[in-house]
Amino acid sequence: MVNTSVTLSGLTLTNPVIPASGTFGYGYEFAEIYDINCLGSFSFKGTTREPRFGNPPPRIAETASGMLNAVGLQNPGIDKVISEELPKLRRVFHKPVIANISGFSVDEYVECCARIDREEGVGLIEVNISCPNVHNGGMSFGTSPESAAQVTKAVKAVTTKPVYMKLSPNVTDIAAIARVCEDAGADGVSLINTLMGMRIDLRRRAPVIRNVTGGLSGPAVFPVALRMVWQVYEAVKIPIIGMGGVSTAEDVIELMLAGATAVEVGAANLTDPWACPKIIADLPRVMDKYGITSLEEIIGGAHHG
Amino acid sequence: MTDTVFTILENRPIAKNTYEMVLSGGTEGIRPGQFVNLKLPGYYLRRPISVCDFGPGRLTLIYKVVGHGTEYMAGLTPGAQIDTLTGLGNGYDTAPSGERPLLIGGGAGVPPLYALAKKLLSEGKTPAAILGFNAKEEVFYKDEFSALGVETFVTTVDGSCGVKGFVTNAMDIPYTYFYTCGPMPMLRAVYDKSVTSGQFSFEERMGCGFGACMGCTCKTTGGHKRVCKDGPVLTKEEIVW
Repeated sequence: MVNTSVTLSGLTLTNPVIPASGTFGYGYEFAEIYDINCLGSFSFKGTTREPRFGNPPPRIAETASGMLNAVGLQNPGIDKVISEELPKLRRVFHKPVIANISGFSVDEYVECCARIDREEGVGLIEVNISCPNVHNGGMSFGTSPESAAQVTKAVKAVTTKPVYMKLSPNVTDIAAIARVCEDAGADGVSLINTLMGMRIDLRRRAPVIRNVTGGLSGPAVFPVALRMVWQVYEAVKIPIIGMGGVSTAEDVIELMLAGATAVEVGAANLTDPWACPKIIADLPRVMDKYGITSLEEIIGGAHHG
Repeated sequence: MTDTVFTILENRPIAKNTYEMVLSGGTEGIRPGQFVNLKLPGYYLRRPISVCDFGPGRLTLIYKVVGHGTEYMAGLTPGAQIDTLTGLGNGYDTAPSGERPLLIGGGAGVPPLYALAKKLLSEGKTPAAILGFNAKEEVFYKDEFSALGVETFVTTVDGSCGVKGFVTNAMDIPYTYFYTCGPMPMLRAVYDKSVTSGQFSFEERMGCGFGACMGCTCKTTGGHKRVCKDGPVLTKEEIVW
């Protein structure tokens, strides 16, 4: 009998598998096809103060072993998320959910986080300071240590639940950003958001994505995510939620060995809607294969000395 | 949504760059106007293809070769298996069609109207069809529509087959309602020319095809809709160009 449970800042998950924000909506598309209570938790669609349409289409492109998206934080806005999405979600998901919050100003982050913090059923707040697809917001807060610290401090001042800052890989030194978040009071960090990329349509001689650039995700980014989780683990003491191209139970274990306490699964949900339950079901077999009895014991297990 | 492994029975060219693929596998719950999403080895995202025809255990898809994925599909031979998500999208609503609905298809937008024609006929209605193409060598399914007993008009831009011009050049006939699928400029022209209400089937680049990623959202009079999940069929009244 293997033990798959892990604990994030006091929040115990029956397993470390968490669908990543933006690939799981507010849960019901998946609740229609499987019991989503098998998940460790899930991170809901990035939510802002105002409702957003996002970027004009096309906002998706395929890449080798991955995809680009430039959705641009489409969401119904915090009011509707609290009044409609969360009550609907509670009917199908009975575990604490991860609230993913984004913004265009420190005030917006503060207001949204303060409001979502009061919601029963929210176990942890993941603050997205790394969306590459919006202008004057999102990633601009996560690429400078000063503003990352500023958002962290401001959000921590108005919340009681664990706050995890979601970091951008589009920086020179992600460990430095993680460190300032830790110093500013973050309870943990989530990484990585997508890597900025683009494709050009040869027929039209123009970018495939209307926004020109998009965020790269999928198995193509896994080694980059793994490297960054490794570096951040060596730089901070707070827990890490690792993500980036995770598609198999082996990937989960590899990311945990690099230092992740829990693991988010993103693009894989889109190509195989049953990706997460398949990974969860396969974990005991893979743990057995590598002589792992408790997942909690392997966190950072590849760092020696 | 159902995940099914289909087996290819036939895969053959039926017009310029256009292939008909017949597959065997579970088709329960499929409705006209829906699409399936095919997982092709070596390609990360699935390929959404509209359902042309279906029966118990049998699915027909028609696709145009436009990129690497569809090129790969064209090379598949009978016996090959494809992991397929079925039952995607809302499909056409036949309730408001009236006695004489008009089906207006352009190029790769023609296939979904075939299953719709069969459904309308089964409900005792007498649909007519206008099938638009660029040129004679691109024309397909004219005979198949006619064989159903549907009065069928073909238009070609260069006049090499049927009425010269666009589908809108053949729309001056009586109809009670319309259903259309085709390239965006054609949908817009049909919208402007049409004299009744109708339903439009849209196409967009999709990430997942089942409503999770918000990659294909469009604006409608009823708010933001996902082409893959809330569409691909929208009513004339919902459309915001």
